[in-house]
Amino acid sequence: MNDKLYRGFLFIAALVVPVVCGGVVYALVTDAYEAFEYFGFFRFLTSSEWSYTDGAEQYGALPFITGTLMTTLLALVFCIPFSLPVALFVGEYFRDTQVAAVLGTVTDLLAGIPSIIYGLWGFYTLRPVIMALDISEQGSGILTASLVLAIMITPYASSLSAEFIKMVPNDLKEGAYSLGATHAEVVRKVVFPVAGSGIFSSYVLAIGRALGETMTVTMLIGNTNNIPESITSTGNSMASVIANQFGEASDLRLSSLIAIGLVLFLITALINMVGKIMIKRARIS
Amino acid sequence: MEPVKPILEFKKTCVSYTRQTMAVKYVSAAIERNTITAIMGPSGCGKSTLLRAANLMHNLYPNIRVDGEILLNGENILAMQPIDVRRKVGMVFQRPAPFPTMSIYDNVLSGFTLNGISLSKSERDATVERCLRSVALWDEVKDVLNKKGTFLSGGQQQRLCIARALAMKPDVLLMDEPTSALDPIATAHIEELMQELQKEVTILIVTHNMGQAMRISSKSMFMYLGELVEYGDTATMFSNPSDERTKAYLTGKMG
Repeated sequence: MNDKLYRGFLFIAALVVPVVCGGVVYALVTDAYEAFEYFGFFRFLTSSEWSYTDGAEQYGALPFITGTLMTTLLALVFCIPFSLPVALFVGEYFRDTQVAAVLGTVTDLLAGIPSIIYGLWGFYTLRPVIMALDISEQGSGILTASLVLAIMITPYASSLSAEFIKMVPNDLKEGAYSLGATHAEVVRKVVFPVAGSGIFSSYVLAIGRALGETMTVTMLIGNTNNIPESITSTGNSMASVIANQFGEASDLRLSSLIAIGLVLFLITALINMVGKIMIKRARIS
Repeated sequence: MEPVKPILEFKKTCVSYTRQTMAVKYVSAAIERNTITAIMGPSGCGKSTLLRAANLMHNLYPNIRVDGEILLNGENILAMQPIDVRRKVGMVFQRPAPFPTMSIYDNVLSGFTLNGISLSKSERDATVERCLRSVALWDEVKDVLNKKGTFLSGGQQQRLCIARALAMKPDVLLMDEPTSALDPIATAHIEELMQELQKEVTILIVTHNMGQAMRISSKSMFMYLGELVEYGDTATMFSNPSDERTKAYLTGKMG
């Protein structure tokens, strides 16, 4: 009897998660419906107009999709030259040493810093540097946001990559050494190819983090509603435009913001799912 | 008659993992060219440790110390570059481990690719065929050379690993219990192969299997607690061991 109650309780608790998830999707879809119906799904995604003049309202998501893709890809580009060496340092060259343990912990610590702190640092430390270097006049923009995003996703990419690098069997490495390979050759021709799919999937998950990152981007991207012309331009990401405008929006504009949220949700969910499937496959092989 | 110059010679070789304890203690032994020498002894006696010293595997682990001398063709390898030593002294491990991202063909050539040596297409083809033939694998895999090495059976994988080592034309081949992960048929295959291979390469093999030592080796070492207790002709050692500990091990009183 007791056992039955217990099982029942577990069942209900387990049911809450999919119900909440379904509820979120349902709410997004119903609230976004107005915008999609008014502008048409594809036109909404491909239009770059964002104007809330009364009577001539035009909302399209393209500037923000572009902004998100640009910040995410740039962040990835900036992140690889740091996270990959860190992963190699922790997972191979200084594996199982105290230095690696300290570096690993500090890297993981980066993941625990609240994004508002990164935003403040970017705003008050990085932005003046960008201005001083004359890279852009106002300091904020795609570049500034991407640089800070890169730091934020580095721990995710590097600690997971390091795990895959560590998983490369010692048998294989010793086999390569026994044929006269140097450490660098073993890393290049055995460790990287064997850990490759795992490392790749770590970066897919890191992209998943960067896509939805809101606070830091909102503080640094400059918040303009047009398609960024270059990496030093200001812009808005999907997440930042919602954060910036949801408070003052209503009706069609609010529905448009929610529609952007729905698209962001779908992209992020897809990227995360792909990343997780890839990681599972990499672990099995 | 002048004694034959040994190809490999351990001179008071010591290996220690920690400051306090020695895993191999003052081993001295000369290995003759084109022989199969078996190293026997109970688990933890230092036989694999001794074997791994002969191609400087211990250099990969900074805590391990190797002292004394190990001469390869009269030259002390402990003073040589590990890369040069390992190209002359190949190794086959306990578990077959072909490189999983490489095809069978590329696995045979991996010694060259890893060292950045480029060969012409005809040299590559010739090397692959020669090495796969010498491990009696050619007929079995000649039509699937582009498949991954991991697609083969355990015994085939181990033969592929031997082929990979032979491709570098080593003087000495070290084998660390190469059949312990294989079934009896695959084991018999490899033993037969070793008999053939000793014409071109000197083999030093660590084995747990006394029958195997008796079947394939002409010389045997018996190690116990890091010491080389006895070294001599295999037939003599099995029929008339000179040390009580060897006798106890060979008669199964000590494992």
